[in-house]
Amino acid sequence: MSAESRTSAEIAVTLTVNGREVSRTAGAHLTLLRWLREAAGVTDPKYGCGEGSCGSCTVLVDGQPVSACLVLAAQVDGAAVTTAAGLLQADGSLGPLQRAFQQRHAAQCGFCTPGMLVTAAAALAGGRRLGRAEIRAALHGNLCRCTGYGPIVDAIELAQDEAPR
Amino acid sequence: MTAGIRTSKPDELRVVGQPLPRHDQAEKVAGSTRYAGDLAFAGMLHARLVRSPLPSARITGRDAAAALAVPGVVAVLFGEDVPHNVVRVDVPGQAVEVAALKATMEVLATERVRFHGEPVALVVAETTEALAAACDLVSVDYEELPAVFEPEDALAGGAPLVHESGNLLGEWRIDRGDVDAAFAAAAVVAEGSYQTQAVDHAYLEPEAGVGWLDDEGVLTLRVATQVVEHYRDVARILGLPEARVRVIAPYVGGGFGGKEDMTVEPYLALAVWRTGRPVRMQWTRQESLLARPKRHRMRLRYRTAADRDGRLLAQEVDITADAGAYAYLSALVLLYSSVHACGPYRVGSVRLRARCAYTNNVPASAFRGFGGMQVVFGYEAQMDLLAARLGLSAAEVRKRNALARGDVLPVGQAIETEVLLGQAIDAVLDRAGAKPQPSGPRKAVGRGIACNMQSYGRLTWLNDSAAAWAGFQLDGSLSLRCAVPDIGGGQASSLAQIAAEVLGVPMDRITVHFGDSALNPLAGTTTATRQLLMSGNAVYEACVLLRDRVLAAVAADTGSPADGLRLEDGMVSGAAGGPVPLADALVTCRRRNVPAEALGTFFGPKGRPVVTSLHADRVFPDFTFGAHLCDLEVDLDTGQVRVLGYLAAHDVGRAINPRSVQGQITGAVVQGLGMALLEEVAVADGVNLTGGFFQYLIPTATDVPDIEAVVLESGEGMGPFGARGIGEPPVGPPLAAVASAVADAIGVRPTRLPITPERVLQCLAGPGPAAADG
Repeated sequence: MSAESRTSAEIAVTLTVNGREVSRTAGAHLTLLRWLREAAGVTDPKYGCGEGSCGSCTVLVDGQPVSACLVLAAQVDGAAVTTAAGLLQADGSLGPLQRAFQQRHAAQCGFCTPGMLVTAAAALAGGRRLGRAEIRAALHGNLCRCTGYGPIVDAIELAQDEAPR
Repeated sequence: MTAGIRTSKPDELRVVGQPLPRHDQAEKVAGSTRYAGDLAFAGMLHARLVRSPLPSARITGRDAAAALAVPGVVAVLFGEDVPHNVVRVDVPGQAVEVAALKATMEVLATERVRFHGEPVALVVAETTEALAAACDLVSVDYEELPAVFEPEDALAGGAPLVHESGNLLGEWRIDRGDVDAAFAAAAVVAEGSYQTQAVDHAYLEPEAGVGWLDDEGVLTLRVATQVVEHYRDVARILGLPEARVRVIAPYVGGGFGGKEDMTVEPYLALAVWRTGRPVRMQWTRQESLLARPKRHRMRLRYRTAADRDGRLLAQEVDITADAGAYAYLSALVLLYSSVHACGPYRVGSVRLRARCAYTNNVPASAFRGFGGMQVVFGYEAQMDLLAARLGLSAAEVRKRNALARGDVLPVGQAIETEVLLGQAIDAVLDRAGAKPQPSGPRKAVGRGIACNMQSYGRLTWLNDSAAAWAGFQLDGSLSLRCAVPDIGGGQASSLAQIAAEVLGVPMDRITVHFGDSALNPLAGTTTATRQLLMSGNAVYEACVLLRDRVLAAVAADTGSPADGLRLEDGMVSGAAGGPVPLADALVTCRRRNVPAEALGTFFGPKGRPVVTSLHADRVFPDFTFGAHLCDLEVDLDTGQVRVLGYLAAHDVGRAINPRSVQGQITGAVVQGLGMALLEEVAVADGVNLTGGFFQYLIPTATDVPDIEAVVLESGEGMGPFGARGIGEPPVGPPLAAVASAVADAIGVRPTRLPITPERVLQCLAGPGPAAADG
């Protein structure tokens, strides 16, 4: 019987998702990705490969980018999780990184975009200005098949250029 | 209306040509776009396929009992449970000896499987855990059968038959001019053999969808697809009236041709129909890589004759392609290869034969470029060989042979629009500057250029059409309705930008309702680089009709001549008595019984069908031309190739949104670079070895440099405002530009893709084992 067919006892997990505390009781075998999408209804992290190779499910766990398909929700119980939707301003308008992505057409099909955005947010969190090669290196775990990456690098450059210092 | 060239002076355009943020961007960057796999219903079931583990076998037994005993399993379905399990497709271009071929494929295989991954059973369960457990317990007994994996072997006598009709699936020929006389008179003859590999679309969104029975019993599928018109195929499979099936395409997470054939649709439909409940089907990445059709592997053989000035006299081309186990669109893909096989060059005499063969490999079908892109690897290599033999530059030999308006393609079609090929070559050369210096002593730098042509719009005898509806709301905001699937190229946003131009309505006051086969006018497939041509012209038509209706009403009301009125910035200007706000003009429309809405329909250019021997006045509506330049560095010790710089120039006719155009070009180039350097669906004796992104490598952000897109605008295209299509054209040249640059760096041209470090080292080692590889 394959690993994915095994079920387990239910377990209560509480996460702070984009600033909002969410408690769900669900199978202890659920990955963070499934917990977010299926138990918590948070669908901006995407399933792209299920084995940590595409980056579509990237979320920030206590500020660090993580492939949500490789971590069990129970392993990060109590953590703060940030998804792309968590980059919105308090009033619901687009955050600076999201605005830059919008202006530079960094999203084509948009499926990799939520993962790209949180990876970029983590890369810029240090406050040091990154060159284009450094930005590309930061994105190496996030695949995009539409843009050729240039517009995404452009957007991240724009965001850090416009960020208040 | 019929196809025609529309030109509008760029300085008269207000919205078209502006690099506006696409209207779908805000939602996508907020993470709120709901893709096919994001929708959920209470009480929703889950469905999954059981697939063949063998490439060729007879099914000797099937048993669902153990699977059905798993708690939570609702149904296990086999082919006998599908009302019309056999799907038949006409195959054009079939070899005459095969006669009128009706290729068949089962929705679920009943007696015979022909490739590793072929669907055999469909399981439906309450949870994905029960589903996985049950799929493991569906018992299928197989008796292995002889198989064939190489198309040349499949076409040889005595090969195991993949289908009873024979292994030759399709064949095309072009015979034009006196080829033998041309070769006899040639000053130089170049000969080459080239191989391209199977590659995967690798969009980030694996195939997914949710289906349910809607009011009035309409079977509704919301799926990631490029073709909402598959509702007809679903209806046929279930034996339902077409009017009872509806397909909704939400924003799709990438297509590239891989969501052109049906993926989840028939299975979702079957599961919903049998259970009466909402069902979701989400393919894993692994089954997407395993079993969804790939790009055709091709072997290309060229003999090219030229005079002493490098002018092409004749081309002799032989193409053999691996169609895999089922027909899908292979015959049409080969037709595209045939029409594009000689590239954007004038050539008087051509003898071409293109064949595709069934094998027991994973099927091949549509992929961006659709057979028109693999041949770039062949015809551009030939141009470089000629240039070297004659001492001409790569640019010069191409310019001397470049097609121009009025030239006739080998297939018989005349080029009707201006060709900016020479300008595209100059554009990339001017911007490239000097060739970079090697970064170390055991490094070699090379530069290559490659040109291409690629059709936009579907084959003319398919009688293509697209419709769109535009209507003003009472407040002057605009609704557009057009069933175009938006697969990420900005298909819907471009329509809003066209409407904004014609009707003077700001983009943020326009809503585009797209991708719904029941509620929107049908606009055809988002394939073949056709949507800007087709739905773009349909929207243009609808908006012009709507504008003229509103202006006529105001003209009648105010006693002003209609041709002096303009609709801009929410006002009708030019009327006697001053500007009329749009909202007032719409009241006037209602008072005067003038509908403030219009349906536009665009019919593509027509042509006569061809069968096996290609000769036609018109095969495609038109073509897009381009030139690419690649600088790269080869590590002479490891064979590693690093792309240093890349330029791609295309005449797009008119850029509706320049940033969208650039995004299409840079994205296609990187997809082409992936095929040139990295990607290969590795199949050993029919068993797919590349079942994940750790085995199937697509370019990451660190594998490629910044791509510079150069946008030329002749205003000569057949789309709205003189636009040409740009979705597919830039994907082919990277294959040849990279090979040319490697040849420039190391003096030996790789003739087989992908150009891996191993193959580069073989080239460096000189003739010997490498020759057999090529």
